[in-house]
Amino acid sequence: MTNLMKSLGLALALAGAMAGTALAQPSEVRIGVALEPPILDPTAGAAEAIDIVVYQNIFEGLTRIDQNGEVQPGLAREWTISPDQLTYTFKLAEGVTFHDGTAFDAEDVKFTFERILAEDSVNAHKEFFTPITAMTVIDPLTVEMTLDHVVGRFLFDLGRGDAVIVAPESADNNANEPIGTGPFAFVQWNKGSRVVLEAYGPYWGEPVHLSKATYVFISDTSTMTNALLAGDVDGTNNFATEALGVFEGNPQYQILVGTTEGETILGTNNRKPPFDNLKVRQAMAHALDRQAIIDGATYGYGTPIGAPFAPHNPYYVDLTGTYPHDVEKAKALLAEAGFPDGFSATLKLPPVAYARLSGQIIASQFAEVGIKLELINMEFAQWLDEVYTNNDFDLTIISHVEPFDIGNYANPDYYFGYDNPQFQALITELNGTTDEARRKELAVEAQTILANDAVNGYLFELAQTGVWNAKLTGMWQNSPIEGLVLRDIRWTE
Amino acid sequence: MIVFALRRTLGFAATLLLAALAIFFLLDLLPGDPAQFILGISATPEKLAVLRTQLGLDAPAHERFVGWVWGMLQGDFGTSYTQQAPVAGLIWERLAVTLPLAGLAMILSVLVGLPLGIIAARWRGKGVDTSIMVLAQMGVAVPSFWFGMLLTLLFAVALRWLPPGGFTPWSENPLLALRGLVLPSIALALPQASILARVMRTALVDVRGQDFIRTARAKGLTMGEAIWRHGVRNALLPVLTILGLQLAILITGTIIVENVFYLPGLGRLIFTAIGERDLVLVRGATIILVLAVTATMLLTDIAYALVDPRLRERSPS
Repeated sequence: MTNLMKSLGLALALAGAMAGTALAQPSEVRIGVALEPPILDPTAGAAEAIDIVVYQNIFEGLTRIDQNGEVQPGLAREWTISPDQLTYTFKLAEGVTFHDGTAFDAEDVKFTFERILAEDSVNAHKEFFTPITAMTVIDPLTVEMTLDHVVGRFLFDLGRGDAVIVAPESADNNANEPIGTGPFAFVQWNKGSRVVLEAYGPYWGEPVHLSKATYVFISDTSTMTNALLAGDVDGTNNFATEALGVFEGNPQYQILVGTTEGETILGTNNRKPPFDNLKVRQAMAHALDRQAIIDGATYGYGTPIGAPFAPHNPYYVDLTGTYPHDVEKAKALLAEAGFPDGFSATLKLPPVAYARLSGQIIASQFAEVGIKLELINMEFAQWLDEVYTNNDFDLTIISHVEPFDIGNYANPDYYFGYDNPQFQALITELNGTTDEARRKELAVEAQTILANDAVNGYLFELAQTGVWNAKLTGMWQNSPIEGLVLRDIRWTE
Repeated sequence: MIVFALRRTLGFAATLLLAALAIFFLLDLLPGDPAQFILGISATPEKLAVLRTQLGLDAPAHERFVGWVWGMLQGDFGTSYTQQAPVAGLIWERLAVTLPLAGLAMILSVLVGLPLGIIAARWRGKGVDTSIMVLAQMGVAVPSFWFGMLLTLLFAVALRWLPPGGFTPWSENPLLALRGLVLPSIALALPQASILARVMRTALVDVRGQDFIRTARAKGLTMGEAIWRHGVRNALLPVLTILGLQLAILITGTIIVENVFYLPGLGRLIFTAIGERDLVLVRGATIILVLAVTATMLLTDIAYALVDPRLRERSPS
């Protein structure tokens, strides 16, 4: 089968060469991913699996986030911002068409954001765009947006999967037949099995290297291992760390270890005694041995964090030393808080390996200081219902995977229930600041407050561990935004 | 015979209705909200309310039940919450994998299991009997997902004769589609064939001691001829029962093997849908499975009557 695939790829490449492009290599790739997206419209669902398939491949936004997390021009080639930072004027790319052949212009931009902001919108991140109060189409290639207050990361938010540009002709069908302006067009989706994309010939930007990309959905780790070994898939963007050893030292494969935006925390219900007591939270922070958790739960592939902030972010400050691992100190703090013999609590765990494994290690670390944890495993839907929506929990473990999500701590209704007016004011100021130096100061201050208040147990930043055929190049090592961008991927030699 | 079939058919309809009631209301008790799942951990209460209304989740349970059953009677299974596509189409796509897979596994297990059972019974107590029974014991004991893994390692990773998994749609390339089903159907067939061999052997051994076999032998038939002409048909009843149950298991219970071979079958569809609280889809798929299993049972009952004339006269309990 593999040989057949390769010859097929070769045939395609030859066809490409005859068509005048300089392709001489197999230009088809099969990528294994663990989760199948429920739909393929990134503006109508929060699932990361959607962005993995479509972000920057099928769909594009006004801006584009690159693999370092920087904002780059997308469908908007350039922009000007008014001195009061409230009006953005975007110059759009010329000659852009959607995959169904319809032309892209400023009206599509207006339509996209009106759809996001509509009363019946189910966009997962509508709140990022509610500051937009007016949109004016100046000419077919110029659009102006007016905000009601300064939004420091507006250009970044425009580059998210939630804000990709869609067309009024096709938007309603994007869930199952996505039509965007990206370098790859949707070909077919065999539910439960694969999604096939093909390079879109009339793409307006730089031509891509691959002619075809197939996403194959394989949820089981051993099965994924076999699929990689048998050559049925050419790579996967995030492989289970416990099985990476199979590919280490094998020259036919490369392992790409990079960063993600996933801060894994010991979520703590700050509304509920005894967790409303700072001393108790400090005691728990001292009881945690991050390195032991990282070694046990991620096979050493995580990075310790002392605040809910990504270590590769330029605003990051290392606060892992705020409450170092110290069993005696933890016991003393618990005694001061009125729990000389410790207490019992529940730890509710969603069905992800890092949570289940970390949970067991934390239970044994907490037992040393007298906190007895009862571990409760649950499905994700149940977790969302009990922990996230109804806040019926003591402790939980989850990774917050969105870029720059420290703002959640300014929402007193968020599931961990942290209500600090000083912090809320700080985040409001940060969101309204565009000056880089000042933003950094504010971000550092925000991290420091959260570290000192020990709102949650801050455990580690998840790593991205990709396994790929050694002859492939151009994959993103880091994952600064949810997605698996195919643009630069190509076969070497 | 007609009355027999009619009574069985009525029982079949009643079973379906009871199953529909149970499937609907039990799933309604499940904690978790599909709207919450779709919007994830950044959902605001307003967005949730909008989506719940769009999905029709805010109507009372009995209204939704009546709507669901009425829709199904007209062939409309509803629209999946999370996949935003008609449920009937989603299930139909998966049956194109599950039914051929179950069928292949069934054929394989019959082709392997029954002859082995007959051979073991014919030479009861001999070496060949013992070896077959030891193998069958192992076949029952080995989990099919593990056996599937071994098959993949040998035939896909080491020898590269067959794909390690995945499925090419029939419409695209029937040969590749069939190739994709070879290893999974072997993995599924092994335990079934082992059970069949054991049942066939036991049934034949029972029959061997019966008067009609002695009579046949007295007429001058060899033991082999007697077993073949008179024994096998009489031993077939318990085997048919097991076959009916096995077909039901193969249709409903292939989820683990589907996972091992990343096949887009019905089991994985239901498994994912439960996790996402896509209850419309779970209900539709479950009712189809109930339909398939009860229909299999009905056919098994009728097949009994065909094989054994005595059952037609007795009133079925």
